[in-house]
Amino acid sequence: MSDKQGVLGIFSYLDVTIETVKKLRDSGFNNLRVFSPFPNHEIEEVMDEPESIVRFFTLGGAMLGAACGVAFTVLTSMDWPISVSAKPIVSLPPFMVIIFELTILMGALATLLGLLINSRLRRDTPRSMYDTRLSEDKFGVMITCSKDGVKDVEEILTSQGAEDIKFDGV
Amino acid sequence: MSEQSTLTYARVNDDVIRMLDKPTFKWWALFIPTLIFVGFGLFCFIHQVYSGLGVAGYRHPVFWGVYITDFVFWVGIAHSGTLISAILFLFRANFRMSIYRIAEGMTVFAVLTAGLFPIIHLGRPWNFYWLFPYPNQRELWVNFKSPLLWDVFAVSTYLTVSALFFFIGMIPDIAAIRDRVTEVPRKIVYSILSLGWKGSNWEWLHYSRAYLFFAAFATPLVLSVHSVVSWDFAMSNLPGWHTTIFAPYFVAGAIFSGLGMVITLTVPIRKIFHLEDYITLDNYDGMAKLIILTSGIVGYAYAIEFFMAWYSGSPAEWGQFYYRATGEYALFYWIMVVCNVLIPLPLWFKSIRRNIKILFIVSIFINIGMWFERFNIIVLSLSHGFDPAAWGIYKPSWVELGITVGSFAWFFMFFLIFLKTLPSVSIAEMKELLPVPRKEAKT
Repeated sequence: MSDKQGVLGIFSYLDVTIETVKKLRDSGFNNLRVFSPFPNHEIEEVMDEPESIVRFFTLGGAMLGAACGVAFTVLTSMDWPISVSAKPIVSLPPFMVIIFELTILMGALATLLGLLINSRLRRDTPRSMYDTRLSEDKFGVMITCSKDGVKDVEEILTSQGAEDIKFDGV
Repeated sequence: MSEQSTLTYARVNDDVIRMLDKPTFKWWALFIPTLIFVGFGLFCFIHQVYSGLGVAGYRHPVFWGVYITDFVFWVGIAHSGTLISAILFLFRANFRMSIYRIAEGMTVFAVLTAGLFPIIHLGRPWNFYWLFPYPNQRELWVNFKSPLLWDVFAVSTYLTVSALFFFIGMIPDIAAIRDRVTEVPRKIVYSILSLGWKGSNWEWLHYSRAYLFFAAFATPLVLSVHSVVSWDFAMSNLPGWHTTIFAPYFVAGAIFSGLGMVITLTVPIRKIFHLEDYITLDNYDGMAKLIILTSGIVGYAYAIEFFMAWYSGSPAEWGQFYYRATGEYALFYWIMVVCNVLIPLPLWFKSIRRNIKILFIVSIFINIGMWFERFNIIVLSLSHGFDPAAWGIYKPSWVELGITVGSFAWFFMFFLIFLKTLPSVSIAEMKELLPVPRKEAKT
């Protein structure tokens, strides 16, 4: 049994949600998650998470795709050289189309992989700490803290006007 | 957006999820005929497989006919979906938000339809997998220098990327549906499809970046795909095909026809599902402006083709274009010019751009005109090539027309299923358009 406890406060207003995050931070609670029904720059700013590393997946996938495209076309053409109308066996202009398409394809697939791995879909938040109102019109702040801190967290959430507070073992 | 002032976050959820209610009689009244037509198309295809390509009306010298016309038409239809979802996303054009999901769905279903035609067009369709890049029994690989193989790569990449883009865009909305539905089987399906989405800032952070990169990939992809389709023709030596303007000409035409189809689809959906607060006149105004632009490019291409044919001094090239405007198929040529260049002209007037009925009628003409454009390009060049002794006339057979009608039904079948199973309007992005609720502003 973990000694960590999850607390979720539910709010109707974005500014109150952001204010609550700042207050919790000031009180030393740094393990926070904010839920919203749509992406919002103010939330992104206040949470100040490091830049998403999905971009490295994208770049890596695209480069791998380009390399595969070159290798695929060049090596298979050289594997069994057939001279047609005295054209070069390795002719890059027509191969560029294949290289380009594979760059895009593998870049896109790597982006999907990067999204699935990094966004921690499924495992970031315990199911019991989720509220269906968060996909509709409410904002949520989830705090993971020690059991001793729960009372302080609850106080802050209440004083900020949380409409609902949920508790769970994490 | 003043027209959306009555919307609230909860109402967006209500309205979009309500569209997924049990199908009504009207839905079945549309769906069952589409199934019948799909069945008829399938019957025609089986008949063709059994009897051979002779039933398809192919006669010397025309061996690319209605099937390749349909292929190019449907790939073209697919394009404006990506334009609206990816290119307009990169340009931050807000008018895309309420229509992009429908446009993306249209893209995926149109590519699914287009992908059938190269196979239907084969004499031995069961050998279609020969197109895939693998070595045959003599360890000989496919010919990477062939535009037809580029097509395989371009169209399959386009299908994969547009389907992924379509699905990723829907994840937060599927989660919203998951949270709302109560029936157990639906809940399970939407839970699996939502991939456990909960809307945390961490999820949104990576999601937003991934979505941006997808848009950035989809943009050059969409331009490349129709360029590659155009090179199926332009790389050959035939009069009317062998021209450098084909890639931009095809891309503009594709976006033009796709926008026409988006309007044709959204006007009835807007009316039936009462989406007037979502798909506003501003949305149609924006699309109509894009139609004016692309219609202008297409019209310019028609004119410059003639000019270049004359200026080149090539009798075969000039003969081809003279034939297009005055030969046996002249009616088709002038249908194309009237539908694609003249009928969209009134859209220069704002009052007409904001008149849904007129816009709907114009969009139907654009669909017709663009189908004929592809027919003219493909069939007329083949039937009237270099050698007068090899000229000939091609008439589509009932089998080809049956499969064409079946392809429309196939497309609408997917679309009707989509309307009843997945969110047709982006819930999360519509909410981004609404004013954010703030306590300070309220008190």
